[in-house]
Amino acid sequence: MKALKLHQELTAIWRNAPGWRGTLCSVNHSDIGKRFIVGAFAFFAIGGVLAMLIRAQLATPASAFVGPEVYNQLFTMHGSIMMFLFAIPMFEGLALYLLPKMLGARDMAYPRLSALGWWCYLFGGSILIVAMLAGVAPDAGWFLYPPLSGKQWTPGINSDVWLLGITFVEISAMCAAIEIAVSILRLRAPGMRIDRMPLFAWYLLATAAMMLFGFPPLILGSILLEIERAFGWPFYTPALGGSPLLWQHLFWLFGHPEVYIIFLPAAGAVSTILPVMARTRILAYGALVAAVMALAFLSFGLWVHHMFTTGIPHMALGFFSAASTLVAIPTAVQVFAWIGTLWSGRPQMKLPMLYLIGFFVVFVLGGLTGVMLAVVPFDQQAHDTAFVTAHLHYVLVGGFVFPMLAAAYYWLPHFTGRERVMQLGETAFWLIFVGFNLTFFMMHLTGLLGMPRRIDTYSDAMGWTWLNLLSSVGSFVMAFGFALFTIDVGLQIWLGRHHRRNPWHAGTLEWAMAIPAPAYNFASLPQVAGRDPLYDQPDLGVALARGEGWLGATRHGWRETLAVDMVTGEPDHIVILPGNSWLPIATAGVLAGFFLAMLAGLYWIAPLFLVGVGAIGWRWAWTNGAREDYGTLPAGQGVALPPSTEALGTTGWWGSVFALAASATLFASLLFGYAFLWTVAPDWPPPQLIARTVLEPSLALLGAVLAIVAVRRVGPDGRTALAVAAGGQIALILALVLLVVLRLPSPASHAYAATGAVVAAYAIFHATLAATMLAFARARIASGHIGGARLGELRIVRLWSDHAAGAGVVATLLLALPGWIA
Amino acid sequence: MIDPAGPHAAAVARLWWVMLGGSALLAALVFALLTVAMRRREAPDAHTPKARVWIVWLGLIMPSTVLAVLLGYALVLGGRILPTPAPDGVAIGVEARRYDWAFRHPGLGGTRNVLHMPANRPVDLRITSTDVIHSVWVPRLAGKMDAIPGHTNTLRLVASRPGTYRGECAEYCGPGHKDHGFTVVVHDARGWAAFTGAAR
Ligand SMILES: [Cu+2]
Ligand SMILES: [Cu+2]
Repeated sequence: MKALKLHQELTAIWRNAPGWRGTLCSVNHSDIGKRFIVGAFAFFAIGGVLAMLIRAQLATPASAFVGPEVYNQLFTMHGSIMMFLFAIPMFEGLALYLLPKMLGARDMAYPRLSALGWWCYLFGGSILIVAMLAGVAPDAGWFLYPPLSGKQWTPGINSDVWLLGITFVEISAMCAAIEIAVSILRLRAPGMRIDRMPLFAWYLLATAAMMLFGFPPLILGSILLEIERAFGWPFYTPALGGSPLLWQHLFWLFGHPEVYIIFLPAAGAVSTILPVMARTRILAYGALVAAVMALAFLSFGLWVHHMFTTGIPHMALGFFSAASTLVAIPTAVQVFAWIGTLWSGRPQMKLPMLYLIGFFVVFVLGGLTGVMLAVVPFDQQAHDTAFVTAHLHYVLVGGFVFPMLAAAYYWLPHFTGRERVMQLGETAFWLIFVGFNLTFFMMHLTGLLGMPRRIDTYSDAMGWTWLNLLSSVGSFVMAFGFALFTIDVGLQIWLGRHHRRNPWHAGTLEWAMAIPAPAYNFASLPQVAGRDPLYDQPDLGVALARGEGWLGATRHGWRETLAVDMVTGEPDHIVILPGNSWLPIATAGVLAGFFLAMLAGLYWIAPLFLVGVGAIGWRWAWTNGAREDYGTLPAGQGVALPPSTEALGTTGWWGSVFALAASATLFASLLFGYAFLWTVAPDWPPPQLIARTVLEPSLALLGAVLAIVAVRRVGPDGRTALAVAAGGQIALILALVLLVVLRLPSPASHAYAATGAVVAAYAIFHATLAATMLAFARARIASGHIGGARLGELRIVRLWSDHAAGAGVVATLLLALPGWIA
Repeated sequence: MIDPAGPHAAAVARLWWVMLGGSALLAALVFALLTVAMRRREAPDAHTPKARVWIVWLGLIMPSTVLAVLLGYALVLGGRILPTPAPDGVAIGVEARRYDWAFRHPGLGGTRNVLHMPANRPVDLRITSTDVIHSVWVPRLAGKMDAIPGHTNTLRLVASRPGTYRGECAEYCGPGHKDHGFTVVVHDARGWAAFTGAAR
């Protein structure tokens, strides 16, 4: 009876309010995860329809089915949707849904941030789809190379839709990256040492890290291109000191890691599902972790292999070619670890395993053509042909879609709590597998025969007719397969019989709960002693449901979960998570206002929306925390722990560290752009544009020193020190504004002035943010939220203030330096 | 590209066939191991290979060796098709724009959409663009090189026999991209002399 009461209490605390308001305000990770998955699948269907239109157009020579203008929108949207609106959100959804369950936690580290990510994704994606229906979809290819994507050659809003819509969606990717990293590092079950984490968590940790460093260059590139399009600041225009190659570097700095950002979560699913299907444990856990880390690291060193035909010197080509082939080694380690796992177990040919076999076949072939393309002379032949399109689909469909289909069948019982009804999944597999290979194997051949990608028609004389027709037929076969898969899943959801717990006899913690999962996941949290807790303790789920684990009681209506030491997994403090909230959807709505205003060219109204975001952000932060100290609280197992309001090294602090790392990466990309233009563009910066000055750098240095010193003297009653630190930030802002206004020529006149102005804008933005946060801290001291043992917020403010001071100094030096060395 | 008409294209075609053979062997190895693994039904026994075999030999040493050999081969080959200085070389200016090609032959006037070049002599194309990014590609003669506004890139072409060849724009450059092609006319020594003489 005690257990039943616990469940009732937990349900009351964790459930959504009834009705549509409750749905809009939900921040529960299972809800948000499912929404991401459903949304991603819907976009996948849209992208698939576009693919079929493309194949219909290419099925016959000299086809006049859609015409070049529409065709250009079709392939641009197909690529953009599949990359940004399907692949990334799909794994984000899977991660949001599964991670806390696998780690033995009740939710992600920032539930409201997950919700914000979802709404940004939905609104941003909708902008793209609406634009497509209105006939103004992006049409410059999914990698949007300027100058083609610039104002002169794409005068409509097509490119703006891409730049603004995708950047909007990327907010959700950045939210997810921070959240995934912090949740994995801190919100685990006690005893889950870092070397006992499920492999899925390792893969996602690597993915999150890659997103933190991979997305900022693209976000920066998009911001610069949008500024160039909207205000004519030349970043990519050679006549004014810019270079179209800058975009390619920024884009592929993101674009290559992106491939692994998509592949790694899927490989994590393979590493989770495959040992269960083989009725054994994974072979060489440590080697797999090392391989994943190596892949994450290496993939940042080889973006140039997408630019082998842009006239890069031979030695550099050799270096990047070697780096590109090197990634084959950690990939090979994984592939052989998986086969070795099958070899040492007793594999069963269940449906998820069938899709894993499909993954092996397709992905290995894609990997082999990938090694070929890393070889420079071959790449220079095959680049921009159908061969590359074929390779890319083998890697992405093989490396992502097949594992996701395996994952779908493996985890569906968890989502639905039901069994499969009819055996449609096998038929769907064969249709998809055969259709896929028919479509894309032929494209290797058409590519070798010289067919460039992105052409809408060709003449019969080229000799590609039959191959293209077969490709098109294959694509329709594949589409039928996906339709059948959808029907199969629908049948399981509506008609399936109830499933028992842990249907696959898996060892990971997500199966230690009732299915479908309750809103709070675990009635009490497990103590973990190995890598496969359910193999060590098959009745763990029942014990947890009886409240025999950690945090097996409720108090104050708090949503509680445990934070542990990152390495040892020792329990550290009790995390009190926020409840359902209207703030995420409101924030996303106001952000949507900003992006729509930009899209409509209402550049004077747009900043007002950002002020609105700032106001909501203040409110958002204000709702955290407590006004009293609780001391240590019983956490179960006879252990007492402090709540997060009184702990150091909280999830909030770690989240700030990661957010600042991402921001610093954006800044570093900007500095890279500045240095890149300086080296490639002639006469850069133009001497007549440079001004020499001492005044502003001195003011900025003074401000930075004040800010850095004063923020260290802030105690629980340090209002003066806070004011001084804020004064320092304001001095920085003043210095930078003066530099831009007085010393820098008009940003529209030359890339030197334009990049300089953006560098200053970055620093000004961060100093403004820091000043606001210092003011916030002052208000929190006054309201009693900061005081006693509750000092965590001050540490977070210090982090942001220091970053702003550092960025301010770097920006000032950069702006003043040309005047001194010229 | 699998029907080369010049020494560079032929070398790349050979590279392709070598890589295809190697890939087929590797794929066959992986699929064979996978098939055997899936068919084994008995309980794991002492004959099961250890992690060291899978990770160290198959995962690390085997691919490293293959890749090292491949890279060495490719690097040598890549060095050979560079536009190194050549006494009998011909330099031709190429300016791409939407949607045609302007070629400037040395000492001659320009041509549009027809590139004339001599057989069996190294020809260096100096490529740029006046608007967006295009890419010069004569599939049967050499790999491609981008035409980028504000940059000049060089591509070495060598044709081993006279004839006409198809050239394409390989980088997507807008609605007219698919028709942004050109013709390459390769002359024998006499024809080249006649062409240069006639145009003069
Ligand atoms: Cu790549
Ligand atoms: Cu072109």
